[in-house]
Amino acid sequence: MARTPQTRTTRSRRTPAKSAAKSTASKQPDVSKEELLELYREMLLIRRFEEKAGQMYGMGLIGGFCHLYIGQEAVVVGIQAALTGNDKVITSYRDHGHMLACGMESNGVMAELTGRAGGYSKGKGGSMHMFSRQKNFYGGHGIVGAQVPLGTGLAFAEKYKGSDALSVAYFGDGSANQGQVYEAFNMAALWKLPVIYVIENNQYAMGTSVARSSAQPELAKRGESFGIPGVQVDGMDVLAVKAAAEEAVAYVRGGKGPMILEMKTYRYRGHSMSDPAKYRSKEEVNKMRAERDPIERVRQMLLEKLNATEDELKAIDRDVKAIVSDAAEFAQNSPEPDASELYTDVLVEA
Amino acid sequence: MAEMTYAAAGAAALSETMEADRTVWALGEDLGRGGVFGQYAGLEARFGAERIVSTPISEAAIMGVGVGAAMTGTRPVVEMRFADFALCATDELINQAAKARFMFGGQTRVPLTVRMPVGMWRSSAAQHSQSLEALYTHIPGLVVMMPATPADNHAMLKAAILSDDPVVYLEHKNLWPLSGEVPDDAAPYRIGTAGVARQGSDLTIVTWSATLHDILAAAGRAAQAGVADIEVLDLRTLWPWDKACVLQSVRRTGRLLIAHEAVVVGGFGAEVAATVAEELHSDLKAPVRRIGAPKLPIGYAPTLENEIRLGPDRLDAAIARMMS
Repeated sequence: MARTPQTRTTRSRRTPAKSAAKSTASKQPDVSKEELLELYREMLLIRRFEEKAGQMYGMGLIGGFCHLYIGQEAVVVGIQAALTGNDKVITSYRDHGHMLACGMESNGVMAELTGRAGGYSKGKGGSMHMFSRQKNFYGGHGIVGAQVPLGTGLAFAEKYKGSDALSVAYFGDGSANQGQVYEAFNMAALWKLPVIYVIENNQYAMGTSVARSSAQPELAKRGESFGIPGVQVDGMDVLAVKAAAEEAVAYVRGGKGPMILEMKTYRYRGHSMSDPAKYRSKEEVNKMRAERDPIERVRQMLLEKLNATEDELKAIDRDVKAIVSDAAEFAQNSPEPDASELYTDVLVEA
Repeated sequence: MAEMTYAAAGAAALSETMEADRTVWALGEDLGRGGVFGQYAGLEARFGAERIVSTPISEAAIMGVGVGAAMTGTRPVVEMRFADFALCATDELINQAAKARFMFGGQTRVPLTVRMPVGMWRSSAAQHSQSLEALYTHIPGLVVMMPATPADNHAMLKAAILSDDPVVYLEHKNLWPLSGEVPDDAAPYRIGTAGVARQGSDLTIVTWSATLHDILAAAGRAAQAGVADIEVLDLRTLWPWDKACVLQSVRRTGRLLIAHEAVVVGGFGAEVAATVAEELHSDLKAPVRRIGAPKLPIGYAPTLENEIRLGPDRLDAAIARMMS
């Protein structure tokens, strides 16, 4: 009888080692230059987009809550690289990066942040709530962990309809302590639903570290009692993420049920724009940026191992900056929604 | 025409809708054994465990799975067993289902029917007896329906399942064995329409769910005693509610009493009363009044449970007061 793979933590390959950037850079990467350039471009787009969003928030152009993804870019870019266009994606309120990685337009995302009619939700959702049926992005959701049963439902519907699409439910280490996550795990395992649970362990649930909030801090093990295999992955290494995602996709699409990928990652900014993040030291953040940055790692690899030139990378930088700058301009010039917009899309029946 | 119970009418509505549309399916605890009250009897045998899905006891995830599956082109019917248990799943219902269409700018709909049996039923005590409709009428983005008869349970459940909105569908536990005619060729129920259960000219009583039957009995007594000729309106859908029907009736009778099993304070009767007071002040011959449960947990012992109920004495006194 085939056994389900057990939770494993392959520290040598996937979990953060002290100088992971250097150790990866020391061997020849198993990736083409074109592919890595594309991953670089996607991560850089998220980074620059988020930096611009942070800047615009500071200028008062973006209101409400705004949760930046800076530092975590390798996670969503690596996972999305392993999916097909029909696969469904759902995530929390830290969702800008996921939308860009799903191929949603930066103009529409930024205009939603500024609350304009040209935003993905016509100004009705804001930073935390956007959606694209066309890109199979099923929303940013504002209640910690609530997207996990929904993502399980997306998987249920795909199985029910007989499609071979799967669902990826992203959530954080904070969500991992919400009860409904475990109800969903049980159902997904019981019914062998095609869902990958990606736990983005960025080390802090709002302002409380994983060590202070989790009795079992190895979150990849959280599915063990349901027989859900889990893998811990270096979420700062886009190639490690992509490789782990490819394995998970093969497992899940093969009808074996759900799988958990715990991404060990790090957010450079506070929980939201209103969080000065005083619960950790500047040194901790600076060290992470200096030694583990996911974009810098790929940049070094491109230059040192894949013969990319500074000019090629600069061209990508310019291209990305132009996209973000266009988005910022669009987001400031798109009209505000008319007050009458409030009365639409509530009920079909009334 | 077929004579069937309220429970069987619900099962028939689901069965006919599932027969016609493969995107319709149901999930909840114990559905395979026919549901707690037999309202799913025979459905697993007919449609298979893939479409009549028996779940673990996990209300939040049942609701969440329903919401997610509704967003991807299926029409799930979610069974919560008791409205009291559905409180475990209110995040997924109130924060997700009710708001998805709006906050995503109209890009998704949540065609979900949530069945939550309500009401007092043979000493079920404080955590299995509540009528919580007002909780859901307060939430933008939800339709709230409460059928009172087998015929309505048949027509209204079909309408709920076919609606593109999330519908909170509250059946009353005391009505499951109630038998009545369910016409084969009934017109489809239009969500948001009340029914005139009895015509009259002196007093309008607006009610819904199981209380309808108590009100019809009281109206019969009042007619016999020559106290009043009462018009009884069964609201059926609480949101969106049939204002036009209520206003035209009260304009004629000049008197309005609202009766419901739920707690009076903050109950949906308050909304109906306020609307009528605002719109028809000069037409009223008596103050608008409400009657319902005191603001207390529901007691277990029959004497305590009956103290909460709208018994004949309380109803007759309320009617007499409206006419004095």
